[in-house]
Amino acid sequence: MRARNILGIIFANMYDDCLHELTALRTMASVPFGGRYRLIDFHLSNMVNCGIDKVGVVTKGNYRSLMDHLGNGRPWDLARKRDGLFLLPPFNADSSRSRSSRLEALIDLLPFIESADDEFVILTDCNVVCSFDYSGLIDFHKNTGADITVCCKRGIRPNLNDLMTFETDSDCRVTKIAVSPKLTEECLYSLNIVLLRKPFLERLIAEAKSLNYRSFTRDIMQSNVEKFKIYAYEPEGFIRTIDSLKSYYDISMELLKRENRKELFSADRPVFTKVRDDMPAIYGINCKAKNSLIADGCHIEGEVENCILFRGARVGKNAVVKNSILMQGTIVSEGAHLNCVITDKNVTVTQGKNISGAESFPIYISKGIRV
Amino acid sequence: MPRKQECIAMLLAGGQGSRLGILTKNIAKPAVPYGGKYRIIDFPLSNCVNSGIYTVGVLTQYQPLELNDYIGNGQPWDLDRAEGGVHILPPYQQIKGSEWYKGTANAIYQNIHFIDRYSPDYVAILSGDHIYKMNYDKMLSYHKEKNADCTIACIEVPWEEASRFGLMFVDSEGRITDFEEKPKNPRSNKASMGVYIFTWSKLRQYLIDDEADPNSSNDFGKDVIPKMHRAGERMYAYEFDGYWKDVGTIDSLWEANLDLLNPQINIDLDDASWKIYSRNAAAPPHYISADSKVENSLVSAGCEIEGEIDYSVLFSNVTVEKGACVKYSIIMPGAVIKEGAVVQYSIVAENAVIESGAVVGEKPESMKDPSAWGVAVVGAGVTIGKGVTVPSKAMIDKDMKGGN
Repeated sequence: MRARNILGIIFANMYDDCLHELTALRTMASVPFGGRYRLIDFHLSNMVNCGIDKVGVVTKGNYRSLMDHLGNGRPWDLARKRDGLFLLPPFNADSSRSRSSRLEALIDLLPFIESADDEFVILTDCNVVCSFDYSGLIDFHKNTGADITVCCKRGIRPNLNDLMTFETDSDCRVTKIAVSPKLTEECLYSLNIVLLRKPFLERLIAEAKSLNYRSFTRDIMQSNVEKFKIYAYEPEGFIRTIDSLKSYYDISMELLKRENRKELFSADRPVFTKVRDDMPAIYGINCKAKNSLIADGCHIEGEVENCILFRGARVGKNAVVKNSILMQGTIVSEGAHLNCVITDKNVTVTQGKNISGAESFPIYISKGIRV
Repeated sequence: MPRKQECIAMLLAGGQGSRLGILTKNIAKPAVPYGGKYRIIDFPLSNCVNSGIYTVGVLTQYQPLELNDYIGNGQPWDLDRAEGGVHILPPYQQIKGSEWYKGTANAIYQNIHFIDRYSPDYVAILSGDHIYKMNYDKMLSYHKEKNADCTIACIEVPWEEASRFGLMFVDSEGRITDFEEKPKNPRSNKASMGVYIFTWSKLRQYLIDDEADPNSSNDFGKDVIPKMHRAGERMYAYEFDGYWKDVGTIDSLWEANLDLLNPQINIDLDDASWKIYSRNAAAPPHYISADSKVENSLVSAGCEIEGEIDYSVLFSNVTVEKGACVKYSIIMPGAVIKEGAVVQYSIVAENAVIESGAVVGEKPESMKDPSAWGVAVVGAGVTIGKGVTVPSKAMIDKDMKGGN
C-alpha cells in the first residue's frame, strides 16, 4: 500500500546519552553507520520507500551535522514544493528545554502536526537500525482497528530508560505495559515506532498539554492500556536497537554477515544517503583485505580484516587493521596496528602506532584526533 | 529571454561510436560506463561545472534514451539551474521540414537559436567521448588574451601514434600555422583534442556560410576549421599536458580503464578540487569475504566479492563468487561471475552472467599468434553458459549455452 496520507515524524535527539561518545558533537540521527550511512537514513528511506512524502525531523541540540547531512532532502526525493522534508529545530530557548521527551516535543510541535492534511502519523526515534516495509504495519493498523500500533521485537530488552515492554493477547492487543522492567529473559519490547490516526494524536497532545503530562510511555500508553486499543506489531527484517557503544560496535559487525546485509539493503528497499562523489575504492599492490565492508573512496595498501571502512578511509603500507570501524576520512599511516578500535571522522593514526581494544570493550577515538 | 552568459558549452554527444561494437548497440558512446562508477560524459560535464560553465547544451542523436535518462535534470553535476543548466538538444522539426544532424557543424548550426538565447561572447564546443580533466576557464582566458577567433586544445601524442590524429603546426606565439588531418607521415605531434572555444559572432557567420555550401560535409574538423584558417582568422593552439584519452575502440576503452590502476598516470579521480560527478547507485559499501583476494583494483559500491580480483575495474553491484578469478578486466554494473569462472583480458557489460567454469578472454602470452590477440567482450545482459570458452577478441551479444 502506498502511504501518501501519512505524516512521518523523526525524533533526532532521543537516547543521545546512551551513545554519548558518538553524540558528543552530533545527534543520534547523524551517527555514522554501516560504512556510508547516518542512522536517520534508514528511517527516512523506510518512509519514502512506502510512499510517505512529508517528513518532519525534530531536533533539540547538536544538530549542525544533521542539517548538513539532510540539506533540502534531495537524496531521499524529499526536496518538494508540496510536502517534502521539514526541519523542526526548537524556535526558542524555551522550546529547546522542553523537548527532552517525546511527549514534550509533540506538545511543542502541535501547530506543525495540525497544519498537515494527512490522515495518519508515524513517529520514530533514530537509535533503531532497521529496514522493513511499512505497508505491513499500515495494513495491520487498519485491519485490527487499533487506536495506536507500536512496532516491537521479541528478545532481550535493550538497556534503555523509559523503554516499554508488552504483554499481549492472542490477537496482538497489548494487555499490559511495563516501563524498563528488570528482566533478564526474552520479552516483547518496543521499537518506539508508533502509528496512529492524526486527529487521535492531536487529541492526546491537547489533553497532555492541559493536564501537564510529561511522558508518552507512562501518561499516554501505560495509563490507557485498557481504555485504548493498543496493538503490538512485530516487523520482520534486520532490526536492532542501539543502547551503548558496545552494541553500536556489535550491530555494525553484524553487517559482515551476508544474510544481514541482504535484509538491511534489499534491492526493492534501497537505503538512500547523501552522495559524496568519491571514486571507487582503490586496492593497492600487495594489500590484504578479508571479510570487510568497504566504501567508495577508500584506499587500501595494508592489511584489513573484519572491518568496516567508511568513505575515504585510508590504510597505509604495512598497516594492519583488524576488528575495527574506521569512519569517514580516517587515515591509518604506514606500519600502524589497530585492533578493536572505532575511529570517528578524520582521525589520523600516525606511523607505527599500536592501538588495541577488546571485542567486549572497543576503544573509541573521537573526531579529528591525531594519535 | 535568459540573461546574457559570457560562455556556454555545446557538447557533441550524438555519435554512435561504432568501433565500440556491441557496447554501443543500445546506448550512445558518451553513455558508455568508465572507471568503476562513471560514464564517459561525466568528464566533460564535470569539467564544465568545475570551470564555471553552467549552461550546457547536449546534442544527441544516436540511441539517446539511456543518455537522456542518465542526464535527467542535471542534478548530479549541479546543472539543475534556475538560469541555464543542462539542456538535451535532439534534432527537431522546423517549418521547412526536419533534418538529422548531418555533421558536427550542422548540429551546432541547427541550434543557433538556442545559443542566441544566451547572447554568449564565446562558445565552447566539446566532444562527449573523451576522458580528461581540463579547466576550460583557463583556456578561455588564453583565448581572450590572444584575442583569438578560435582556440583549439592540443596535446602532444607519441610520434608513432600521431598519424591517427588531426595535427597542428604552431608558431612561437601559439598561433596555428597549418593543419594536417591524419597524415601518413606526420611532421607534427600536436594533436587536436576536439575541444574548441570560438568567439560566437565569428563562428555564427561561418556556420551559416558552411550550411549554404553544397559541397561541405558540415563537419568542424573537415570544413569549418580549414575554412577559418584559409580566411586568415586568428586561430590559436592551447597546449594541454594532462591525461587525455579518446576511448574510440574496445582496446582503448579497456586500456583507459586500466590506466586508473597505474600510479604513473596522472588522472587523479580522488582530487577534491576537481571532482568528477556522476549519478550514483544507491548501493551499500562493497563486501569482500574471508576467501577473497583483491589486489591492484578498483571496486565500487554494492559489489560482493568472494573470488580473486587482480588488476581489474569493478563497477557497482558486481558479484564474483567463490573460486572465480577476474584479471585484467572491466566488469560493468550488475554483472555476475559465478563459481570457478575465469574472466581475463575482457570487458563484461552490464548485467551479463558468466556461469561457473566458463573462461572468457585469453592472455596475450598464451596466443599462438600474439598479433591476433584482442580484448574479449561480453554484451549487456548476455549469459555465457557453464564451461563455455570465449576466445580472445570475440564479441558476444547472444547467450552461449553451456554443458551441464
